[in-house]
Amino acid sequence: MSPRLTLITAARILRQLRHDRRTIAMIIVIPTVLLTLLRYLFDDQPFVFDRIGLVMLGVFPLVIMFLLTSVAMLRERTSGTLERLLTTPIGKADILFGYGLAFAVAAAVQGVIASVLAYWLLGLDTLGAQWLVVLLAIGNAVLGVALGLFFSAFANSEFQAVQFMPAVVLPQALLCGLFGPREEMASWLKAISDVLPMTYAVEALQEVGRSVDPTGTMWRDVAIIVGCILVALAAGAATLRRRTA
Amino acid sequence: MEHAVEVRDLEVRRGTNAVLHGFNCTIAKGAVTGLLGPSGSGKTTLLRCIVGVQKIQSGTVHVFGEPAGSPNLRRRMGYMTQAPSVYADLTVRENARYFASLYGVGAKQADAAVTDVGLGDAATQLVGTLSGGQRARASLACALVSSPELLVLDEPTVGQDPVLRNELWDRFRALAAAGTTIIVSSHVMDEASRCDRLLLIRAGDLIADDPPAAVRATAGTEDLDEAFLRLVLARDEQKAGAH
Repeated sequence: MSPRLTLITAARILRQLRHDRRTIAMIIVIPTVLLTLLRYLFDDQPFVFDRIGLVMLGVFPLVIMFLLTSVAMLRERTSGTLERLLTTPIGKADILFGYGLAFAVAAAVQGVIASVLAYWLLGLDTLGAQWLVVLLAIGNAVLGVALGLFFSAFANSEFQAVQFMPAVVLPQALLCGLFGPREEMASWLKAISDVLPMTYAVEALQEVGRSVDPTGTMWRDVAIIVGCILVALAAGAATLRRRTA
Repeated sequence: MEHAVEVRDLEVRRGTNAVLHGFNCTIAKGAVTGLLGPSGSGKTTLLRCIVGVQKIQSGTVHVFGEPAGSPNLRRRMGYMTQAPSVYADLTVRENARYFASLYGVGAKQADAAVTDVGLGDAATQLVGTLSGGQRARASLACALVSSPELLVLDEPTVGQDPVLRNELWDRFRALAAAGTTIIVSSHVMDEASRCDRLLLIRAGDLIADDPPAAVRATAGTEDLDEAFLRLVLARDEQKAGAH
């Protein structure tokens, strides 16, 4: 793996994004619109927005980035550019981490804007530090990036790729503790929930929401999220095949 | 003389049918070798084997004495796929510069490659807005950027107007004269006469491996199209006789 090739690949992907103004606009607008809807849905229950809005600050970017990267990677494969790249000196990990890095930049922009909106315009209130929430929102989005890149390997068409979103992300959203405490789930459901990365992403946000200082649980969750990101990217690189039939 | 490419007993299956079965050939250094044959004859598969992206069942492919696809070879080779594999949402220049930087080659040389394929005026245009022929040339520019020792070009002149095609062939000849080994596939016979050597392939069989003049002489006709047809028929008769 070469840091130089990873960086120039990330720069190339950002350049591609820059030419696609509408996608950039959607990356920024979609989470902000959804958060605004949520805020006014619970207009007379600000505490509910503080709880759900906070978690959604992580979930929306994760979902959006998952979709974007799985389609972007699929395009790289189906357009023949991946085959060509694999005949050049670039390594498979350079390609995957280049994608991860480029979309992490997009995720950072998205995370900052969505968080700023949630705090200053929508009146989100958390006990913990705001910068931690921004960081976790970005971390969630990058987790979406890594999962999207990995699952894209199992899709042969855009039709299949977009369906990995409900297949991979929705079960995690159902079991992450958003719709009720995980402690109250049937033990087998909780066992599944224990091995899903989004569980820890949501838990970390909830921790910031209810404690003034960063907790040990939150840092453990952050470590798990970072671990999952690295494993998913490495596994994604391992699924790329230089030789195909 | 050492060969640029050496293919021995190559066996490739795609799906259930054998595309190449016991294929043998050698390709000379510093020459333009034309790979000719109808669509589906195995040309692209053979090129994919040479650049090392094709799964093979058995046999060996060596490029400059090393097994095809080995990491060292990737710096010495430029590959243009049949479908233009460039990023539609980047400009021509951005594409060329990206591929150049993968080889550690600077922007200046990338821009020169864009000019070389006649896209100087379209350099700042998005590839997605180009015509098919222009897109193919953008893809060619990305194969040329690193000034590779081996250029593998899969139908590089499809959809190009005759004047441009002529210019591209002048370019290939100049590169070969400077020592570059070029393997170019085509199904247009009038391009064949500009190759140093022709490999005629049909249904995964090598039916001729000669300079164009020798192909004409063997077939007894000046027209390469006709020559190809005669060689194919002769081969079929020979096969029928053997049974």
